[in-house]
Amino acid sequence: MNSSETGIDRFCWTTGSILAVGYTLTPIAWIVSLSLKYPADLGDNRFWPQRITFEHYRSIFADAQFPAALWNSLGIALLSTILAILIAMLAAYAVVRLKFAGRRLFMAFALSIAMFPPVSIIGPLFNMWRFIGLYDTWVGLILPYITLTLPLSIWTLAAFFREIPWDLDKAARVDGATPFQAFRMVIVPLAAPGVFSAAIIVFIFAWNDFLFAVSLTSTNHARTVPAAIAFFTGASRFEQPTGSIAAAAVVVTIPLIILVLVFQRRIVAGLTAGAIKG
Amino acid sequence: MKSPLLTGQILGWLLCCPALIAMITVTAYPIIYAFWLSLFRYDLRFPDSRSFTGADNYLSVLSSPIWWEGLLNTVIITVCSVSVELLLGMVFALVMHRAIIGRKLVRAAILIPYGIITVVAALIWKFAFMPTTGFINSLTGLSLSWFGGRWSAFLVIIVTEIWKTTPFMSLLLLAGITLVPNDLLRAARVDGASAWQRFSLITLPIMKPAIAVALLFRTLDAFRIFDTVFIQTRGAQNTETVSIIGYHVLISRLNLGLGSAVSILIFFCVLLISAGYLRVFGLAGDLTGEEKP
Repeated sequence: MNSSETGIDRFCWTTGSILAVGYTLTPIAWIVSLSLKYPADLGDNRFWPQRITFEHYRSIFADAQFPAALWNSLGIALLSTILAILIAMLAAYAVVRLKFAGRRLFMAFALSIAMFPPVSIIGPLFNMWRFIGLYDTWVGLILPYITLTLPLSIWTLAAFFREIPWDLDKAARVDGATPFQAFRMVIVPLAAPGVFSAAIIVFIFAWNDFLFAVSLTSTNHARTVPAAIAFFTGASRFEQPTGSIAAAAVVVTIPLIILVLVFQRRIVAGLTAGAIKG
Repeated sequence: MKSPLLTGQILGWLLCCPALIAMITVTAYPIIYAFWLSLFRYDLRFPDSRSFTGADNYLSVLSSPIWWEGLLNTVIITVCSVSVELLLGMVFALVMHRAIIGRKLVRAAILIPYGIITVVAALIWKFAFMPTTGFINSLTGLSLSWFGGRWSAFLVIIVTEIWKTTPFMSLLLLAGITLVPNDLLRAARVDGASAWQRFSLITLPIMKPAIAVALLFRTLDAFRIFDTVFIQTRGAQNTETVSIIGYHVLISRLNLGLGSAVSILIFFCVLLISAGYLRVFGLAGDLTGEEKP
């Protein structure tokens, strides 16, 4: 950082860094190695596999259950993200730009929703969804995901929107740009990073959810990956198919790790903007 | 051009309308509906015997040892995991802030557990501790059946929670650390303050709001713990948490009346926790005040 760092400091922080990296990567390495073990070796209590097979990966994709769950997860998480962000953008824009009465009340209401225990509404939702036919459908999961991520996205987006110099679009219009051009060339590029940060966080929430997924779905029709993995049945119904579960876990984890690594700056910005700047 | 009527008040509320409608129909209305349901004897397996019973459901929940055990379990898991997370998260935040070699690598690595599905994290640790598949027993030389006893099962659950959510904590804390002016720390060092003095007298006080927010969010989150327990023990060995109890009564036993009473009680617990934090840290201003420099 600077020349005043002493050798001991440097040593401490380097050791800390190595420990931190080991902390996060050891469990990942473990599940990957488990997924590559031969079925006969699953009980050998070793960390690393002695010999490697892709058998478990083949078997989860040969079965209809896992690909269906993957498709459901992807579709539901993406749709929830797009809709939540669109709705949240409108609200955040209004709160930041239009000084309407009651906007503080609105933000406080949103915050109270963020503290809401999801288990408190699964009973009523279960009953309501069965009644209106949303039980075990994509919409039945998308609706709660949108709602429960709205507070976070509104707060995060509002924090980002506050930093945008909105007058720039007036300047662009003075320079001859049409209102739409001014919006697209000036405001959109400035707002995009914040919107993107909020979107990743919403996506991770929807991708991660388990409680709604197990309570509001029952079949491959809308069951997402977390719920599908929890109820995995192997070739034999009497033992937990450890190898297949491990392989499925790796398949859904790798894309998210890449997402996190590529967009780490945006995630950090998003998580901290809503909580601290707000 | 915009008409003046539409510019301020009305347009503002109009734009907030979709969000407001969504939040009211999918959370506010169901909680009121849950309260309504909790006043009835209402079992989906015997829908015809639905009848108004007043506070009976609450009385039977509150007089049941299962509820109190579940509450105690939830509190144990919450307190243990959140306090370790605060310490560990602080260390990570400091490392991320100061890491010299591979700063980016460290930040990225620390973030990874945040992106991992909780169910997957629970399975990773379950397989690691299980005597049949796991390596923990052979690594430590123990031959323990971790999920066979209450306290050892708690240990695994808490380890999983800590591993999965410390990154979130450390990010919130990191945001607080970056608010500490470097010049101040350097000046203190020149004046002869030790590393601990610099941390406890300068960094910590400036970070207090960030710590409060991180603690509040993580406590509420930990109190709702469901996924990890469901995957690792399903509540066996007396490790049921309040969310697991709620799920079992509502979805497995389809007892909507009794389950709704559990839901409402959990809701009140969360309200109490929030109110407690707001009182202790005086957070109210930080959370609702919007225009800050």
